[in-house]
Amino acid sequence: MKVGVPTEIHAGERRVAATPDTVRKLKNLGYDVCVQAGAGTRARLLDAAFEEAGATIVPTAEAAWACDVVIKVRPPERIDAGVHEADLLKEGGVLICLLYPASAERKIARLSTRRASVIALDQIPRISRAQKMDVLSSMANIAGYRAVIEAANHFGSFFSGQITAAGRTRPAQVLVLGAGVAGLAAIAAARGLGAEVRAFDVRPAAREQVESLGARFLTVELGDEGVGAGGYAKQVSQAFLEAEHALLAEHAREVDIIVTTALVPGAKAPLLVTADMVESMRPGSIIVDLAAEQGGNCAYTQPDRAVEVRGVTVLGYTDLTSRLATQASQLFGTNLVHLIEQMTVDGALRIDPADEVVRRSLVLHDGVLVWPPPPEPQTAVAPPPSKDPPAKPKPKDTPVAAPAAPVAHGHKAHAGGSGRGTDVALGVAGVLGLLLGWVAPSELVQHLTVFVLACFVGWQVIWSVAPALHTPLMSVTNAISGIIIVGGMLQVGAGDASVASVLGVVAILVASINIAGGFLVTQRMLQMFRREGA
Amino acid sequence: MFIPSTVLSVAYLIAAVLFVMSLGGLSTQQTARKGNIYGMLGMLIAVVATAAQATLTGVGVQAGALVVGSVIGAVLAARVAMTAMPELVAILHSFVGLAAVLVGVSSHLHPGHPLVGAERAVHLVEIWLGVAIGALTFTGSIVAWAKLRGTVSGKPLLLPGRHLLNAVIVGSLVLGIGPYLAFDADLATGLLVGNVVIAGVLGVHLVMAIGGADMPVVVSLLNSYSGWAAAAAGFMLGNDLLIVTGALVGSSGAILSTIMCRAMNRSIWNVVFGGFGADSGAAAPAGAQAEGTITEMKVDEVAALARAAKEIVIVPGYGMAVARAQHSVNDFTRILRERGVNVRYAIHPVAGRLPGHMNVLLAEAGVPYDIVLEMEEINQDFAKTDLVLVIGANDIVNPGAETDPSSPIYGMPVLQVWNAKAVIVSKRGMSAGYAGVENPLFYHERAHMLFGDANKTMQALVGALREG
Repeated sequence: MKVGVPTEIHAGERRVAATPDTVRKLKNLGYDVCVQAGAGTRARLLDAAFEEAGATIVPTAEAAWACDVVIKVRPPERIDAGVHEADLLKEGGVLICLLYPASAERKIARLSTRRASVIALDQIPRISRAQKMDVLSSMANIAGYRAVIEAANHFGSFFSGQITAAGRTRPAQVLVLGAGVAGLAAIAAARGLGAEVRAFDVRPAAREQVESLGARFLTVELGDEGVGAGGYAKQVSQAFLEAEHALLAEHAREVDIIVTTALVPGAKAPLLVTADMVESMRPGSIIVDLAAEQGGNCAYTQPDRAVEVRGVTVLGYTDLTSRLATQASQLFGTNLVHLIEQMTVDGALRIDPADEVVRRSLVLHDGVLVWPPPPEPQTAVAPPPSKDPPAKPKPKDTPVAAPAAPVAHGHKAHAGGSGRGTDVALGVAGVLGLLLGWVAPSELVQHLTVFVLACFVGWQVIWSVAPALHTPLMSVTNAISGIIIVGGMLQVGAGDASVASVLGVVAILVASINIAGGFLVTQRMLQMFRREGA
Repeated sequence: MFIPSTVLSVAYLIAAVLFVMSLGGLSTQQTARKGNIYGMLGMLIAVVATAAQATLTGVGVQAGALVVGSVIGAVLAARVAMTAMPELVAILHSFVGLAAVLVGVSSHLHPGHPLVGAERAVHLVEIWLGVAIGALTFTGSIVAWAKLRGTVSGKPLLLPGRHLLNAVIVGSLVLGIGPYLAFDADLATGLLVGNVVIAGVLGVHLVMAIGGADMPVVVSLLNSYSGWAAAAAGFMLGNDLLIVTGALVGSSGAILSTIMCRAMNRSIWNVVFGGFGADSGAAAPAGAQAEGTITEMKVDEVAALARAAKEIVIVPGYGMAVARAQHSVNDFTRILRERGVNVRYAIHPVAGRLPGHMNVLLAEAGVPYDIVLEMEEINQDFAKTDLVLVIGANDIVNPGAETDPSSPIYGMPVLQVWNAKAVIVSKRGMSAGYAGVENPLFYHERAHMLFGDANKTMQALVGALREG
């Protein structure tokens, strides 16, 4: 079976659906691969490399489209006001590409006349089995990374805080809106450049991921969780939006860079950064809007343009993945190989609607429209009409109060909310300690000093002990707590042959059992631990 | 022999530093043995320096006690079976508690130098506290030891009104300080003995109320108490070395308890006062009833599975220790690893009756420590594992902890063995685990039961592998 890889013709598109590496994998699956001459040039993947990997270089788009299976990045479109790509597809052929079928009726109609089978990569379900085929995640990852690189390119200062001979620079403050794949990639990239990052998401579940990347998590705490079916954010209530607006306005004033990544599937992107928020930002600040193609998260966003408003640059590039074309092609191509691998039976591609991944992403089957697929049981359970009563915020969560809490925390450095109880406890202990110091003998205070410091040392040291060594830890602490032998010795030493001395001698006896037993058994245990082959 | 007190202080300082380095050494396998040596060195310096004081008397008797004690300790250490480590650790805690009580009472009888006013009051409060903690540690550890040995039933003893009883005891201990400060000589001694008895009763009662599988937490807690008892003795004797060492040990036990509690998703209060596992084996276990059927497998079928596997993970639990199956488990591992199968171990933080107990047992049997992994290290690997062998573990592999909010162990982190291609559960029978919770894993379509004594089963498995 032949797989065709035509050159992408969409303006500004530099990616390609296969790389020499993925061509090799397709060959191994039993496919012949035909790559249109120059298809990979803009991704720095040269024809020679494709040839070396075993691909046949074909001179024209017609030849690439004539294959049994055509893999592609963008949906088919008209080539230079001439022939339409869809018409080039072989009768009964298979096309795999991004299609966005909800808004591609005419393309689908055209493909249908070719009796084609078409898989829309953007419709692959977000289930764990299909993660390795999820091109949207792969591309979002790249876009998030590149967004930060673009911001750094336009930003007039360092990202990292530095202390130089010419003075000190403070780290750039970055705010990421939406902690999906793109948002997380942006957080990681910005952290990697040394910026201080905070990230906002309506889904409380995102907190852990955000914090694991070393960023601060901001959210609006209302009863309405923003999680829709399939892990995407869903539309939320009015009160929620107001609370969110207040929170973002507060933070917009503080940051240098905002990266917005909020998308709602099948709808216009939500407006998060309003005109007055942009105007409140410091001159020189940068906003990168990853949702520019879907209408933008920022009021000033213009797709594919860099706009400057009162010194604030708003970047609305929609080709961020193309700006990293080599990497994007590699990930895209690998996702495709995984999909094709799963659909391959005896070296040939087979469309099997019984497979959930295929059924959900299949738009045309031999020219017949099969999209949208019948609802899955899971999606039927997650009810869209539940919007009314539970979506309303609880009465106590007034829109004014809700954002105030996280903001108040925001000013309190990085201690975080959970430290408050500890702080109070430490404060109380401090006051009690001072009171004690008033009445206690100085000797006791000295001993207390030693005691408290030793507790802190112990606390620090013990946490680093390997869990596998917890039993030896217990036996060694057994042994060293035998130090109470010193107490026994002092008591014997202090008196004569009195009851006190006898008690001291017994204490010595008992404690020395501990010392000898503890150390020796620890030694015995540690001798047993050995490495492979040792 | 005579050394000036400044030299003694420096010697104590060196000993304290060596103790810290000793604990620090345990952070990696490579440095652990050196750490133990540091500990011994520190102890040696401390004892010699104390003995070298001019005021010391009765050196002969002291040396005699030391030698006798050391011999007893050495014999205990050399003889103890690794499966009996929890008992040894528990009984050693009780010795520290006992020594603390003895030192405290001795210090009460003979304060060293006369004290007046605030100093006297402080000293007496220190004695009172030190003796109470020591007595609590002593009796508590004895009960823990007896429970671990099986001399006393592992089931929690739940007296009616036990919380009230605890409160009354603690209250009387606190209030007892008043008269103790006010009275002189014999009456005060009587009160102190009363203190020992009451605190001892509290120790017995607290530990009796705790179920067998919560023993890791209890033993760590007692470890902590034994440290605080030593620290209290340091306060009453004005000895910084005792204070430092006691604080180190106390922190260590506290951290271990914290780790254990987190691993069970329970608070320390719940463990100590909860009476968890009270109805283990009861007719109506909490949590959702598992659905499906149990499939049993025979030894040769399991051997065939093991032969075909590339990745095997073994999950040991307390049942492996009870059956003393670690050696046959190691034989099983060795045969398969020689054939190129990647056999590894997954250890849950609360597996066994002592923190890190499974690691020691496996080390004893000769399993290399680099194939023994912690829960966080291995949990994501189960999906690409061909065969999981669960040996004598139950609650720590219960999927209900993740999926069933009505389960008493819901929220406890567990080993996700059900993601593997096949799971074999070696178990004596169908009884519920410690928490008394039904385990849906046993009814899982990819799980099979291998009934019988773990050691015999593993030996049979090893035999089948050798033939095949």
